[in-house]
Amino acid sequence: MEELEKLLELRHIHKDYGNGAILKDVSLDIHKGEVVVLIGPSGCGKSTLLRCVNGLESIQSGDILLDGNVISGKKTKWSEVRQKIGMVFQSYDLFPHMTVLDNILLGPMKVQGRKKQEVQEEAEKLLERVGLLDKKNAFPRQLSGGQKQRVAIVRALILKPEIMLFDEVTAALDPEMVREVLDVMLELAKAGSTMMIVTHEMQFARAVADRIVFLDDGEIVEADTPENFFEHPKTERAQKFLNTFLF
Amino acid sequence: MWDSTIINMLLEGIRDTLYMTITSTILGYVFGLPMGIILTVTDQNGIMPNAFIYKIFDVISNIVRSVPFLILLILLIPFTRLVVGRSYGSTATIVPLVVAAAPYIARMVESSLKEVDGGVIEAARSMGASNFYIVFHVMLVEARTSLIVGATITMGTILGYSAMAGTVGGGGLGDIAVRYGYHRWQTDIMIVTVVLLIILFQIFQTVGMKIAGSLDRRK
Repeated sequence: MEELEKLLELRHIHKDYGNGAILKDVSLDIHKGEVVVLIGPSGCGKSTLLRCVNGLESIQSGDILLDGNVISGKKTKWSEVRQKIGMVFQSYDLFPHMTVLDNILLGPMKVQGRKKQEVQEEAEKLLERVGLLDKKNAFPRQLSGGQKQRVAIVRALILKPEIMLFDEVTAALDPEMVREVLDVMLELAKAGSTMMIVTHEMQFARAVADRIVFLDDGEIVEADTPENFFEHPKTERAQKFLNTFLF
Repeated sequence: MWDSTIINMLLEGIRDTLYMTITSTILGYVFGLPMGIILTVTDQNGIMPNAFIYKIFDVISNIVRSVPFLILLILLIPFTRLVVGRSYGSTATIVPLVVAAAPYIARMVESSLKEVDGGVIEAARSMGASNFYIVFHVMLVEARTSLIVGATITMGTILGYSAMAGTVGGGGLGDIAVRYGYHRWQTDIMIVTVVLLIILFQIFQTVGMKIAGSLDRRK
C-alpha cells in the first residue's frame, strides 16, 4: 500500500461530547482505490469517525486531510469538500417528495449547477448499473428498502466523489435485501472506488476490504488485511469481538 | 324584510370577509413565513443555531400571541391609522389581523419545518447543499403538506378574528352580525351571517385539505 497516493489522512483525531471521549487519538490513512472497512462493537465510535470525515460531526483536536489539504479547520468550505466525499446512510434518507430521478439530480443540478440533460444521462446509466432504471419516475415510498438504498448510493455516486462513506447501509434492511446492496458495493470496489465502510456484515467485510480497521472504545485496536485479521487477530479484544459472531 | 338591500348587504359582507381573510393570510405569510424559517434554522437543533436571534423572534412571537385579539385591535388603532389612514372598515382591519396572524403563522411554519426528517437534511448536507439551499429546496419542499394544512388552519382562525373585528366597525359578516343581530335584535340576520361564516369556513377547510392531500407523495 505504501507506494499508493494518500487520499485521506486522519491525524490524531479526538472527539468527545463532554461526557467521555468518543474518539481517542485516531490516526488512519486511506489510499486511492483502497477499501477500508471499520468494524467494532456498537458505540465504539466507527460511525462517528465516518461522520467526522465529512464534517457532520466536529472534532476537538487533530487534523483531517483530503488530497493533502486540511479540511478539519474552521475555514473549511464544507459544501465544496462534501462534493468530494459521498455518503450513504443507514436510513437511506431519500427525499420523500421527489422521484428517484429528482433525488439523484438534486446534487449535480442544484449544488454543482450542471445541466439537466447531461446529468440525466449519467443518472440513467448509474440506475441501470444498479438495476433500477425502470424505477426512475417512482417515488421513494414505492420502493423496497434495498431499492431505496441502491438509489441512495447512486445519489452519492453522481457527484463523482473521490471517496465514498457507507454508514451501516444494510443495518435497516430485511435480510433478503442485504445482498443486492452489498453486490453494488462490491462492484464499486472492483471498479476501483475508494471507500470507507462501517458494517456488521463480517463475511462482506472480508470479501470487500483491502484493510480491516478494528475500533473499540474510541481507538484503533488493530488494522490489518482481512485474511490476517479474521484468521489471526493479534489482540485479545479483536479475538473476543470476532468470537461473538461464532455459534 | 329580506329585500334587496339586505341581500346586497350580505353579499358585500361576504366579499369584505373574503377580502380581509385572504389578504390578511397572504400578508401574514409574507411576514410569518420568514419568521418561522428563522425560528427553525436558528433553533439549537437547527441548521444554523443562534441563540440570540432565536430568542428575539421567540419572545416577539410569544408576546404578540399572548395579547387577546380584541385588545390588540384597540391597541393598534394609532398604528392602523398611520398605515392605512383610518381605523375602521375592512382595509383597516387587515392591519391588526396581519399583526396577530404573523407570529401565529411563524409558529405554525416552525412546527411544520421541524417535522422534516433530520436524516433527509443531513443527506442534503452531505451532498454539499448550502443552508440556503436546504431551507428552500429541501425543508420547504418536504414540509409542504404540513405547511398547507397549517395555512388552512390559519385561514380559519383569521376568518374568526375578522368577524371579531366587526365589534369595532371592522366590516364584513362579523360587522353585520354585531350591528343587526346584537344592536338591533334582528336574530334572523345574525343567524344568516353565522351560517354564511360556517359555509365559508367549510369551503376553506375542504379546499385546503384537498390541496394538502394532493401534494403528499409519502403515502
